[in-house]
Formats: sequence, C-alpha cells, structure tokens
Amino acid sequence: MTRLACILGREFRLAQRHGMDSVLVVVFFVLAVVLFPFGVGPEPNILARIAAGVLWVAALFATMLGLERLFQADYEDGSLELLMLTPLPLEGVVLAKVAAHWLTTGLPLLIAAPLLAAILNMNVAGFLVLILALLLGTPTLSLIGTVGAALVLGSRRGGILLSLLVLPLYIPVLIFGVSAVDAAIGGFGVRAQLLILGAFLLASLALCPWAAAAALRQALE
Amino acid sequence: MHRFANPNRFMQISGALLPWTAASTVLLVAAGLYLGLFRAPPDYQQGESVRIMYVHVPTSWMAMFCYTFLAGSAAVGLIWKHPLADLSAKAAAPIGACFTLLALATGSLWGKPMWGTWWEWDARLTSVLVLFFLYLGYIALVNAFDDPTRGVRAGSILALVGFVNVPIIKFSVDWWNTLHQPASVFRMDGPTIHTSMLIPLLLMGVGFTTYFFWVWMLRVRTEIVAGKIRAHRRRQVQRAPVDFAGDGRAVSTEG
Repeated sequence: MTRLACILGREFRLAQRHGMDSVLVVVFFVLAVVLFPFGVGPEPNILARIAAGVLWVAALFATMLGLERLFQADYEDGSLELLMLTPLPLEGVVLAKVAAHWLTTGLPLLIAAPLLAAILNMNVAGFLVLILALLLGTPTLSLIGTVGAALVLGSRRGGILLSLLVLPLYIPVLIFGVSAVDAAIGGFGVRAQLLILGAFLLASLALCPWAAAAALRQALE
Repeated sequence: MHRFANPNRFMQISGALLPWTAASTVLLVAAGLYLGLFRAPPDYQQGESVRIMYVHVPTSWMAMFCYTFLAGSAAVGLIWKHPLADLSAKAAAPIGACFTLLALATGSLWGKPMWGTWWEWDARLTSVLVLFFLYLGYIALVNAFDDPTRGVRAGSILALVGFVNVPIIKFSVDWWNTLHQPASVFRMDGPTIHTSMLIPLLLMGVGFTTYFFWVWMLRVRTEIVAGKIRAHRRRQVQRAPVDFAGDGRAVSTEG
C-alpha cells in the first residue's frame, strides 16, 4: 500500500511540476463543448436536447489527451524498467498510474461538467445524474485507455493508433452514460444505467490492469 | 496441438488440404447459391429480397467465427509462444475484417427495402460495427512496430481484450429490443426456419468456413515462406565478403 502511494505521489509531483496538464485538459474540454453551439446553432432547445451527448463525447476525447504520455516518458528514460523491478506487482504499478491519470484528468472534468451543462441549457434534473454517471464512467475510460497506452508503447504513430484502439471500446460507457442523463431529464428511473456503469467499472477494474501489465511486460521483453 | 506447431509439418498438411478446401468451397457455395437463389421459396412477407439472407447470415457468422479464431490463436500465441499461432492470428484478421464489412454491407442493402433505412443504430448493428473497428485496430497495431514479433504480441493482447464484444453481438438481439430479428438457427429449441431455407443457409455457412480455412492456410503458408526468404537473405548478407578498408580487397566476415 505504501509502495502504491509512493508511485501515486511520484505521478502527482510529475504532473504538478510539468504544470498545466490538468488545466489544459479542462480547457480542451470547455473548448470542445463550446464549439457545438457554433456548429449546430444557438437554438436553446436543440442544445438542451444534445447537451448530454456533447458533454460525454467531449469528456471521452479529453480523457484520451493524457493517455499517450502515460507510459511513454517512463518507457523512454528507463524508469519503467525500474518500476518493474519493484516488489510491487506490475498490475499494482498500472493501478497507481490509472489512479493518477483519473485524478489529474477525469476528476477536473467532473467539476467542469455542470458549468458546461448550464451553458448548454441542459435541464436541471439531469445535473446530479450527469455527475454521478461521469464519476462512474470516467475511471472506466482511464482503465480501458491504460491498456491501449501500454499496447502502443514503442510503436510508430502511437497517438493516432491509440485512438483507433481505445475509442471503439469506449462506446458502451458512452451509450449508458448518455442514456442515464437522458432518462433523468425525461423523468424515468436511472438506477439500471448507473448500475451498468458501475458494473463496467468493476469489470474493467478487475481485467484492465492485468491486460495492461501483460502489454507492458511484452513491451519491455 | 503442439505437434502441429511445427512450420514444416504445417506446410505438409496444409499443402495436402489446400485443393480439398478449395474444391469444397466452390461446390458448397455454388450449391448453396443455386438452392438459395433459385429453389428456395420467396418469403411470404419479404418476397424475393429474403434471398439476401443466404449471403448476409453466413458472412455474419463468419465475422464472429473469425474473431473467435483470431482470439484463440492469440491466446495460444501468448501462452505457449508458438510462432505459428502468431502467424495464424495475423492471417485470420484481414479475412475476418472482410467478412464483417460484407455482413454490414449486405445487412444495409437488406435493411433499405425491409426497414426503410440503410442503417439503424440498434445494438446488433452497433456491436458489429465495433467488431469491424476492433479488426482494423488489430491490423493497424500489428503493423505499427518495426519488430514484427512485438507487433503480433501487442495485437494478441488487444484481440483478447476485444473478445468481450463477441458474446455481446451474439446476445444483443436477446438483451435489447432491436429492429434486428432474434436468432432463428442456433437456438436452444432448434431452428425456427423451414428446411427449404435452412439447407441452402447451412451450405453457404459451411462453404464460407472452408473458404476461410483455404485463404487462411494460403496466408499462413505465404508468411512461412516469406520468413524463410528473409532468413535466407540475412545469411547471404552475413556470408558476403565486405570491403572494410575501402581499398578494393574484400574480407569475408564468416568464421
């Protein structure tokens, strides 16, 4: 546990000293969402109708931003090999990385989302569910993305390849995330969608660190 | 299974099987097409356009079968590190991608007259589209590395991760209320379509399967031969005398 905290602390210090990483993700998120009123026109009813989908898609892209650098720097300067030699299993290292990624990119989105929902004229009934769904969904996105990041280590054109690998696997989270918010706005129960999002989170929490660790091992072979 | 992991034995066995798979593919698909297009009765609701089924349904089966085969090969390659399993996975992917694209295209052609739309965002269609992207991702990942074995290993992990999609495709029509009709052939209580339609359907299915194995064997054989040529070239380069000093006197590097 202390070792896990150590790696987590290291990631935070790195993120803090590189500075701006979280801020940039939020700025990207805001900009991507703000483009939509220009694209589809400022009609409040249309914006209210598409708000949930726009926020989720923008959040999806925003979480993809930091993924490519997740292991790349450590891979290039050799610290990944040192991390492999620690007594902590590689799956644990991956979990710490995922946690750091979520805390620096997923969590800031959660804070920005309600403000953006407000400027998109989303129905107030959906706000709480939007935050809950993002709270359950974004860690899943970080977990799935970590597998992709580990797979493309050392490849040519890693970034564009990463989006091809990861985005199809993001679709289920997107579907249930949006339908939870839409159900809340429509006055229906949201329990089922939130439970499914929770199930996605638990399943990916169990499987993704394992797959990512396997990918890292063969990258360092 | 380990007995067949030897490339030379694979070359022997596949060389003997190639003409048989080719011949049975031609016969089965010809018989299936004849029975399906000319002998089977038109549907009482859909009329003649029901005949798209004889291509659409088997290609969709094959799309899932190829992915299962790909994931199986990937698992064998990761666990026992057989080079032949890696080649097998790599060879199966483009065939599966083509079947998936065909399934989507024929489904879309069938959807226009029946549902009135080329595309419907329901669970079955969406999950098959995801399957197509998974194939593309696998092919792109395998070819993205300078070291080919590294690419195949990474691709194998992706193939196993993406396998979660296959049961979702299979059961999507049962779990969700979709426009796509539920399973009518592989059911617990037996098929629900008439024998005159079932027979051409099964003939096409088996024909496409033998086609898959035919092309798959060809592709694996090509990979094995290409690997041999690469190794041969490398040896030739190593043996070739090199003019190190640049004074016209070549020195052999061997020994």
